Amino acid sequence: MDPSGLKLNFWENGPKPGQFYSFPGSSLTPGCGPIKHTLNPMVTGTSVLGVKFTGGVIIAADMLGSYGSLARFRNISRLMKVNDSTILGASGDYADYQYMKQIIEQMVIDEELLGDGHSYSPKAIHSWLTRVMYNRRSKMNPLWNTVVIGGFYNDERWLEFSNLAVCLGLFSVRLFFVSMQPLMREVVENKVEITKDEARALIERCLKVLYYRDARSYNRHEIAIVTKEGVEIVGPMSCETNWEIAHMVSGFE
Amino acid sequence: AKMFTQVYGDNGKMKEYHYTGPVEHRFSPYSFNGGTVLAVAGEDFAIVASDTRLSEGYSIHSRDSPKCYKLTNTTVIGCSGFHGDCLTLTKIIDARLKMYKHSNNKSMTSGAIAAMLSTILYGRRFFPYYVYNIIGGLDEEGKGAVYSFDPVGSYQRDTYKAGGSASAMLQPLLDNQIGFKNMEGVQHLPLNQEKAVQLVKDVFISAAERDVYTGDALRICIVTKEGIKEETVPLRKD
Repeated sequence: MDPSGLKLNFWENGPKPGQFYSFPGSSLTPGCGPIKHTLNPMVTGTSVLGVKFTGGVIIAADMLGSYGSLARFRNISRLMKVNDSTILGASGDYADYQYMKQIIEQMVIDEELLGDGHSYSPKAIHSWLTRVMYNRRSKMNPLWNTVVIGGFYNDERWLEFSNLAVCLGLFSVRLFFVSMQPLMREVVENKVEITKDEARALIERCLKVLYYRDARSYNRHEIAIVTKEGVEIVGPMSCETNWEIAHMVSGFE
Repeated sequence: AKMFTQVYGDNGKMKEYHYTGPVEHRFSPYSFNGGTVLAVAGEDFAIVASDTRLSEGYSIHSRDSPKCYKLTNTTVIGCSGFHGDCLTLTKIIDARLKMYKHSNNKSMTSGAIAAMLSTILYGRRFFPYYVYNIIGGLDEEGKGAVYSFDPVGSYQRDTYKAGGSASAMLQPLLDNQIGFKNMEGVQHLPLNQEKAVQLVKDVFISAAERDVYTGDALRICIVTKEGIKEETVPLRKD
């Protein structure tokens, strides 16, 4: 009885009796040719924030591609519209995000070509993307991104994130999610829902604080809003910042 | 390997350990997301319980990520360890259950699911699913059954088992309270459902006190011939 679709020859790359077996991903002796798997992220994006409100979801990200500590690309978009019900924001390696963007766009086109009136739900996109990322990590060649997917489908709001390996739901991702949590929690906790304006104000405040405190951020960002009307990507925008206290900080004269 | 030659030096004597060269930070395909699962089998019921905290390092990813997954009307599985592998494994199990149902026109029994899971896990013997599984359900006679696994598929049927980050704290407690181990002159009363549920709650409250990866809330799935009932109980959030 063949469970159709299952690859049963799992010994394909397995050990041959008596031979040394190199486990997947183990470092081979140098000089074995070029390395064809991701070692480190190169051009990276910092935080992505997401919040649900009554009637939709907002995702925001700044427009910086850092090359280590160099602010190399200052006008890149890290948000994309997947379809009329889903938006996606990515942090981490920008090249991997560009690849992901390409395959997602192709997938959406292929689906439109079917012409059956159906489109992918945010949950479906998230599930599919998680599988893609998991399978890449299983080949020891991960897509070095943390992706936030937001959507509004069948009157249901969706906000989840997907990682190198893990997938789950959260409000803000990347390095500074621990510092944004209290800010966001203050507004969101103990309330069943927040309004669009409250959500927008919260996101802008978090972006401003991130600009003040995250050393790899930039004061230029985009915001994507998805509601039952569809997707709107607003930007580029900047925050009003106040550096009045700067002269009081010792060492910054 | 390079580090050890520096520690031992050329003449075989131990040197002071102070590694100064470059260190390569490789991508690790695994990460530990914490969580504890527990299953108890009774005369005509089975309980599968898990905490709902998902962590990574010193951070919490989510306070509401239960680790019990319903497989059939008579079987629940608890999976803890690396969350990416937990999700993939449960998807694979769900697909295999559907395939079985379509070919055999019946649902898989708990024992069959356990045997199948063992082969699925061993199939990845050389790149394991970093998941600690415990299956809880009713066997073909309607009696409670618990099957516990290791990450590469070794399994056995138990009366009770704890798995995951606080398993070392819970298992001895269960040995004493359910298995009556290390107690003299105590009447071996069979476990009824109410007592079992209360014991599970108490045991998780204790685990949340001391294990950092366990907490936030407890999700209990009670499997009986009537179906699967779920209960959620809050735990320490620190």
